[in-house]
Amino acid sequence: MPTENSPLIVADRLRIASASGATLVNNISFTLGRERVALVGESGSGKSLTARSLMGLLSPSLRLNAQTLNVVGEDALALSEGQWAPLRGGQLAMVMQDPKYALNPMRTIGWQVAEPLKLHASLSRAEIKEKVCEMLDAVGLPQPSQLMSRYPHQLSGGMGQRVMLAIALIADPQLLIADEPTSALDHAMRDQVLALIRRMVEQRNMGLLLISHDLQQVAEHCERVMVMYQGEILDRLPAADLPRATHPYTRTLWSCRPSLATKGQPLPVLDRAALEAHREHH
Amino acid sequence: MTQNLTELESVPPRGRQRPRVTSLAIGGTLVAVLVLAALLAPLLAPFDPNAQLMTARLLPPSSAHWLGTDGFGRDLLSRVIYGARPTLLLVALILVLTIPVGMLIGICAGYLGGWTERVLMRITDIFLSLPNLVIALALVAMLGPGLMNGALALALTSWPPFARQARAETLALRRSDYLAAARMQGINGLRLMFGHILPLCMPGAVVRAALSLGGIILSAAGLGFLGMGVQPPTAEWGSMVAEGSKVIFDQWWVAAAPGGAILFASLAFNLTGDGLRDRLDTRHAN
Repeated sequence: MPTENSPLIVADRLRIASASGATLVNNISFTLGRERVALVGESGSGKSLTARSLMGLLSPSLRLNAQTLNVVGEDALALSEGQWAPLRGGQLAMVMQDPKYALNPMRTIGWQVAEPLKLHASLSRAEIKEKVCEMLDAVGLPQPSQLMSRYPHQLSGGMGQRVMLAIALIADPQLLIADEPTSALDHAMRDQVLALIRRMVEQRNMGLLLISHDLQQVAEHCERVMVMYQGEILDRLPAADLPRATHPYTRTLWSCRPSLATKGQPLPVLDRAALEAHREHH
Repeated sequence: MTQNLTELESVPPRGRQRPRVTSLAIGGTLVAVLVLAALLAPLLAPFDPNAQLMTARLLPPSSAHWLGTDGFGRDLLSRVIYGARPTLLLVALILVLTIPVGMLIGICAGYLGGWTERVLMRITDIFLSLPNLVIALALVAMLGPGLMNGALALALTSWPPFARQARAETLALRRSDYLAAARMQGINGLRLMFGHILPLCMPGAVVRAALSLGGIILSAAGLGFLGMGVQPPTAEWGSMVAEGSKVIFDQWWVAAAPGGAILFASLAFNLTGDGLRDRLDTRHAN
């Protein structure tokens, strides 16, 4: 068991390659404690792959190697499938992008929220029901006892995402990985859900790895930012420093957000040649 | 599939609609009639189905005997009504035997993959290539005729389509987000297969079962016709047709009554199957 201050994740020279040998994630190293860290980057930069490798759920055709990969105190490189099971859901949890596809359409909300509890804790039926009710209430869903008998298609996207969060958090994991949790939601809902994730993570003193491409959100809700580009971590900085980023790639990402101030003007585009030159320079 | 369902469900109801006559409604009604006839046979049948009356042999349909009488003077209407019992029993037995076996094999093959899948699917292919009535005849000849053995024989060749369908659906589901999400909660193995995949494959299996029931009824009647099903004097449609075929040119009603009943039952299940498919399988919707 990791103590209060030990890091939840230690990754050293983590490398993921496809079966044909192409490098998808190239020697990235990072540690993650009980803090809110964002992983940002354009699509295809390896953010989701990195996150999945932390859950031990990479597709079997991909090859993973690393100097060290410690996940909540266990050596993730040596874990068997049977040893992974208690970690997933129990110690680590993940919220996925679109609740429409990630909730089983044939099962009720109550059943799905209760399942991690049945797996990871030994509680009586009544206790489980009570905990599910509390959890649904905690993620801000109205009338939890009625909601438990509903099916996923009867919920809106925002409610679905709250249910996903309830499923992820119900077994009291230590680390939450959120893979673009708000990209299927509309703008007003995004802030609500992210604020909720942040509040829950803070209350439970958990670690959060937020994968996102919305820098504005990240700046508001996270403490640290890691910027990925083509399988490498290019830049690390405190989230509060994003407006004053020094790395050219981070700067472009930050300044290409459309806003009222830039209305009517062309937005800056990433100068890839300059970026490559910068990478070689380092 | 999921998305279609969600979109369909989110369409607001357009007020009260006139109830539409669908094939599900018609088929369901016919199946209900059939089941009621089987259950309430003693109340509905005007005569004892096995009471022989030699003075009333081969009477044409009349007000006393609505469908006429057979070569032993038994009332055909009563025998047709009682004949629904072995047929439905056989169908139920076959379903109970085939669906679990087919689903188990299909889901295991689809989920586990690799060598398990190859071996299981080749076994399925072998059974799929067996001609069903011929194998059923061979088996009944070995085990002896009777309802239970007939069901066993037909079940032996009826499960492969269920296995193949369950495997195909499992393969499609294996990459889906909700199974990935379930695995992220630490669910795997049997719990994933039967807690999550099985309910998702169930609608497909129900539709397939309803569609194949028409064929199963015909096969069951075929066994009866060849004398390999339920043994006389129990009323059974297939053996009644066989009896009637001896006198088919002079007393056509003796074969026509049970023949009509077979047609009716087969049609009822086919319509129900079609309707269920339209209803449950969103890929065919609109």
